[in-house]
Amino acid sequence: MVSPHCHFDVLVLGGGPAGMVSAITASQNGLRVGLIDEQSEAGGQIWRAPWASSPQGYESPEARDGNKMRDRLALSSVTCLFGRRIWSVTDRYRVDLLGADGVETFQAPHLIVALGAHERVIPFPGWTLPGVMGLAAATIMLKAHGLAPPKDWVLAGVGPLLAAVAAGYARKGHPPKAIIDLSGPSDWFAALPSLASRPGLFKQGVGWVLSIVSSRIPIYFRHAIRRAEGQDRISACLIGPVDADGKSIDGPEVGIACDAMMVGNGLVPGGEVPRLLGADQVYRHELGGWIPECDPFGRTSLEHLYAIGDGAGIRGGAVACIAGKLAGLAAAHDAGRIDAGAFAHQSAQALAEHRKLSAFSDAMAHMIRLRPAQVASIEADAVICRCEDVTRQDLVAAARAGARDVNQLKHFTRCGMGPCQGRMCGDVAAEILAQEHRLDRQAVGYWTARPPLRPISLQSMLGRVDYADIPIPKPAPL
Amino acid sequence: MVSAFTRIVASHHALVHINVDGVDCVAPAGEPLATSLLAAGYVMLRHSPNRHNPRGAFCLMGVCQECAIHVDGQIVQACMTPVRAGMVVQLRGAV
Repeated sequence: MVSPHCHFDVLVLGGGPAGMVSAITASQNGLRVGLIDEQSEAGGQIWRAPWASSPQGYESPEARDGNKMRDRLALSSVTCLFGRRIWSVTDRYRVDLLGADGVETFQAPHLIVALGAHERVIPFPGWTLPGVMGLAAATIMLKAHGLAPPKDWVLAGVGPLLAAVAAGYARKGHPPKAIIDLSGPSDWFAALPSLASRPGLFKQGVGWVLSIVSSRIPIYFRHAIRRAEGQDRISACLIGPVDADGKSIDGPEVGIACDAMMVGNGLVPGGEVPRLLGADQVYRHELGGWIPECDPFGRTSLEHLYAIGDGAGIRGGAVACIAGKLAGLAAAHDAGRIDAGAFAHQSAQALAEHRKLSAFSDAMAHMIRLRPAQVASIEADAVICRCEDVTRQDLVAAARAGARDVNQLKHFTRCGMGPCQGRMCGDVAAEILAQEHRLDRQAVGYWTARPPLRPISLQSMLGRVDYADIPIPKPAPL
Repeated sequence: MVSAFTRIVASHHALVHINVDGVDCVAPAGEPLATSLLAAGYVMLRHSPNRHNPRGAFCLMGVCQECAIHVDGQIVQACMTPVRAGMVVQLRGAV
């Protein structure tokens, strides 16, 4: 039953930068807004609220920006519905949630989806060992919980997050034992000109480099993890060289003893809500994968459904804020709260800012793009689907037995059928299938989205039900 | 336990007792259980149901389901479950 006490014009799913700004903007323009997030506080992952220390305790620019926006949110008229898991979105638009008080349902004529991205990790044998964790997990431990990996830990993967995590832990006196960077110095230099438009970030980047250099952390450029070893926990890893496309090449392999590893190869847009609702999708390699087709304001192919932030294409936090402003204004305009003139006037500046930032966001997205050659180098015995323990060779066998698209691949192998619902393996499994058939990614498709969007128990979905509550239909007339 | 994850920020949260596989542990109330377990040296949390391979927390943001273990008799994601006093944690997942 729809909660009777809340009447919203727009529901915003996701409390990261895009969601927060869109919620604030829509509320400033006269809409009644409900902002929903699974975490207990707004911020998403990039602005994740510090938990261990007092909010003022952590000094990064992201923490400052996050606190500022949380303050703005608190002063706005937005109704915050935090600590609630979104498990179903249907109709135009009904959102089913599970929180501490059980199941709840909200409904609104406009829906802004800003659910962000999840991490891509290119599998290698042993990546399922305890102690191997995602790069984004490392930032959560660092930013929110003040937890450092044990002394002998290695950091691997690609992109700016690698530098941010290395520098962050080096400054706290817990530098990684080694950094294994898929990119080479030339890739970093190629990204430099785009940083010119973002002096603040440039300064931050220089700070990271200085921290890494002064900690004397060995850096293996153009290298990737070949395998991780250990019994009940990672105890060592083997690294080897790669070419500019991420393909494993011949060259000396290096073994490193370690008891933890943080590894990440970029981000994949989490587009399941627009997909579930049937919005048109498009595969955009340079934006991280499958995304809903959107206009510059985030309007999808479905009326009054907006998709913004990294879930609508990997562009980073700064662009997400602007996208939030544009979608908030568009929702206010589409709901008839602001006229065409005011809409054009208010959005002009944001559109211009959006264009200005695109050089930088494009460069960063390029750095963390999927490298098909790296996927082609994955070993046959590497687990791709962690939930169901499906290996690369299982997927290849299914492809050869006739699986042509990802949903067939799922039926053949159970890849993507486990509790993570294909979020961890989907991008890589689709790439393996496409390569096996020499098809493009459009041709192999994406998993069909189905509720529940996250695993929830049947008991909590039902709530408290009494036998007497079960409706008995009228008997058919004789 | 050897080479646990280390706390590098002094927490202002109250410490409470939880029970992990019969062992009494201390953790800050309200912290995600997955983080508390890492700090207490519990890196392996369960085995995968098909091949029974050891697994631990991976994404820490509610996506990967690797930290789905029994808490007070129910399977929950440890990274999304705040620590409460008296919690009974069993390091086993779904089978």
